[in-house]
Amino acid sequence: MRPLTEEESKLVFAKLANFIGKNLIQLIDRPDEPYCFRLHRDRVYYVSEASMRLAISVARPNLVSLGTCFGKFTKSGKFKLQITALDYLAQYAKYKVWIKPNGEMPFLYGNHVLKAHLGRITEDTPEHQGVVVYSMNDIPLGFGVTARSTVDTRKLDPTAILVFHQADVGEYLRDEETLF
Amino acid sequence: MGRRAKNKQGPPAPLAEVAGDNEARRPSAKKLGKRKAEPEQESRPGKKLREGKETTAKGSPKKSVSFASQKKSEGKKGKTVNGKSESKKSKVVEESDGEGSCAGWEDVDEEDDVKAEAKALFNDSDDDDAGSAYEGEWEELEMEGEAEDDDPLRGPVEELDLGSDDDDDAEAFVGKLKSRRSKQQDRPDKIIPTGSDASSDDSDEGSEDEHGPITMANMEARSRALDARAAREAELDMEEMQQAAQVDGEDDLDVDMDGDEEGDGEEFHLPTAEEREEEKKAGGPDVHLVQRRMRECVRVLGNFKKLNRGRARTEYVDQLISDIASYYGYNDFLAEKLYHLFPVAEAIEFFEANEVPRPVTIRTNTLRTRRRDLAQALINRGVNLEPIGKWTNVGLQVFESSVPIGATPEYLAGHYMLQAASSFLPVIALSPQPNERVLDMASAPGGKTTHMAALMQNTGVVFANDANKARTKSLTANVHRLGCKNVVVCSYDGREFPKVIGGFDRVLLDAPCSGTGIISKDTSVKVNKTERDFMLLSHLQKQLILCAIDSVSPTSKTGGYFVYSTCSVTVDENEAVVDYALRKRPNVKLVETGLEFGRPGFTSYRGKTFHQSVSMTRRFYPHVHNMDGFYVAKFKVEKPTKTRKAGKDEKVDPAAEVVEQETIGFDSEEDKMYIEESKRKAMRAKGLRVPPRNRAPPASAAVTAAA
Repeated sequence: MRPLTEEESKLVFAKLANFIGKNLIQLIDRPDEPYCFRLHRDRVYYVSEASMRLAISVARPNLVSLGTCFGKFTKSGKFKLQITALDYLAQYAKYKVWIKPNGEMPFLYGNHVLKAHLGRITEDTPEHQGVVVYSMNDIPLGFGVTARSTVDTRKLDPTAILVFHQADVGEYLRDEETLF
Repeated sequence: MGRRAKNKQGPPAPLAEVAGDNEARRPSAKKLGKRKAEPEQESRPGKKLREGKETTAKGSPKKSVSFASQKKSEGKKGKTVNGKSESKKSKVVEESDGEGSCAGWEDVDEEDDVKAEAKALFNDSDDDDAGSAYEGEWEELEMEGEAEDDDPLRGPVEELDLGSDDDDDAEAFVGKLKSRRSKQQDRPDKIIPTGSDASSDDSDEGSEDEHGPITMANMEARSRALDARAAREAELDMEEMQQAAQVDGEDDLDVDMDGDEEGDGEEFHLPTAEEREEEKKAGGPDVHLVQRRMRECVRVLGNFKKLNRGRARTEYVDQLISDIASYYGYNDFLAEKLYHLFPVAEAIEFFEANEVPRPVTIRTNTLRTRRRDLAQALINRGVNLEPIGKWTNVGLQVFESSVPIGATPEYLAGHYMLQAASSFLPVIALSPQPNERVLDMASAPGGKTTHMAALMQNTGVVFANDANKARTKSLTANVHRLGCKNVVVCSYDGREFPKVIGGFDRVLLDAPCSGTGIISKDTSVKVNKTERDFMLLSHLQKQLILCAIDSVSPTSKTGGYFVYSTCSVTVDENEAVVDYALRKRPNVKLVETGLEFGRPGFTSYRGKTFHQSVSMTRRFYPHVHNMDGFYVAKFKVEKPTKTRKAGKDEKVDPAAEVVEQETIGFDSEEDKMYIEESKRKAMRAKGLRVPPRNRAPPASAAVTAAA
């Protein structure tokens, strides 16, 4: 467990900013309690400083997880956001997509969001923008990247892909072994 | 979706049925089985009434009869046609009400089929009629039907009682338990289909085949046949109940016994040791014989003074235990161990209950949602559920579900956790407070850990430990899925714990155990546990409990509590371990668990006596509480110095100190020669010339002076 280096933080913040934009500041300067980012075995954890200090007592080979895992650094040095970060992304997301009940299960099985399944979308979402996907009753289901801007979606046919799938809560069941 | 399509969902239910339905749904002391069976029986007359309606409508084609008058005449006609059968029917219903609902319960499937067919039939006729000239009237009828139809749909939702502070909940829970228990009590009689049951089933099927497809004409006859069968089965049930009552009855046993034996034609004979040997060689007795013998043994042991026939009590007990082992498939060791936990009749109940699965329960994750909202969301997905009981305000019991309950979007979004009802108990007993430091020593797969984090509202810190690294994966996944942000997951052997980090406000130890409380979940326990396993496990548990107690900070302002729990019912994993901890750590004491139900722990068991306060711990049994067998003990850890000095140690210590003072001091005179000897040895080792022995005193004097 160690703090992130300069380059690492840059990668992480760039990824986060794609989803929550300026709200990133809310994550770093929290009014309630100081929080910090920590790297442990290639994974980035976002944890309150009080928890972090106590977790220092746990030896490195025995520590499995602390706080919330945001994602991991791949072997090629890229940062990949994981579904476990959804809580914070959903809280601060700038652009949102709601999908209809008939689109919930296809998305939870790891498919992209089609236009036919689109319920609502934030106005003026640009292309290739990170968005959080919600069900119609506002349960966050995952996140992804838009394939088209909101304006372009109007003239698409119903089977066209609207949001590229990046992560969904179904991974808790599918990828439990590899997630941690 | 037109009005007709909606109507197709089912024929409009008459008001009487709605009332009946609601009554059944109200959390009263009625059984689940009854609730299903009853509206079924009552709905049939309703359908016939409609049949009557159609005929009247057809019979008077030209008149535009007002709805009210039409209804009246229908009622009359319906009555004249069906009056006889209806009166008979109501009688049958009453009977089966009085004599236990088993018959109704068994009927449900076939009756459902009949109903479905009937529905299709009636809907067809509806469609035909809709085309005719009386559409206006039919619309009226349908409107009426819809109005009634809506009620039962809305009924359950409204009736669903989620208020945690409602008295009815508890009553319902108790009622359910009771009914469950009574059902299980007469199970031993029913577990093997008797000859009469089988034959009656066969004949029924045969008669159904004879009748062929259901038509309007034979509908009535069929329903009458069904009723007759229900009555027959009710009678059979009655007989069985009476038999059971005879077994249980204590006052008039002598009379009954004589009658029984005459009826059976053979006297109960307890096999001798030789006979049992022979029986074993022959490949074991058949099931019916074993069952009957068990019943007899239970009866005799229940009233041994009157009923023994010159045989020793141990012979009966041995026979019963070996029969239990062979009947339920336990190894002899475990059968005996579990048998001795209960009185005779209750032991059988316990073994019976282990054959029946426990209800599926879920826990609402209060970090994400509320129970009311979750229940609503799941009901919309076709899940039939109800609050567990008054003792918890986050638990829901799932009766049936049309979707996999472990893969709904709500589950994946972390709104609930699939968790046995018994797993709520240790966390409720621990009752962690916000901003505390809490340890869960053996936490995978995280049901209790996430419950604790939810109770602490994501403040403070929860250390979730599990020795098995592979299991920490699912633990971490669950922690993240349920949105617990204050959890640190680590993987140590629990016995290392106060060394890793200590000073916790509260500690939960859900110790690894033999699993004798969850035999219904994992039947392999029946055969794969030996005496050695129990010894090893209780040894491990004793080590863990001391480590857990040492991890608690006695100076904690808000806490200083420790909860020990197992999913086992044996005494050497529970009371014995707790008693050991009380003896080893004088600064801990047992306190009330805060659980208002459960049996008190044993203070003495088969020659062992435990500390009196062990009765404050709680035991939970499958046959009594309808949850897994479980054990919960809550300790309060106090500052060690105060209690120790004030107690017996004060008397012991001074004496010990005196002894120590005597022994510890150096006796220089005595040591002189040893010192001298080692000096000479050292000199020789260095290659120096060793002085002769008689010159030793001056050298030693110099040494002492230097010292």
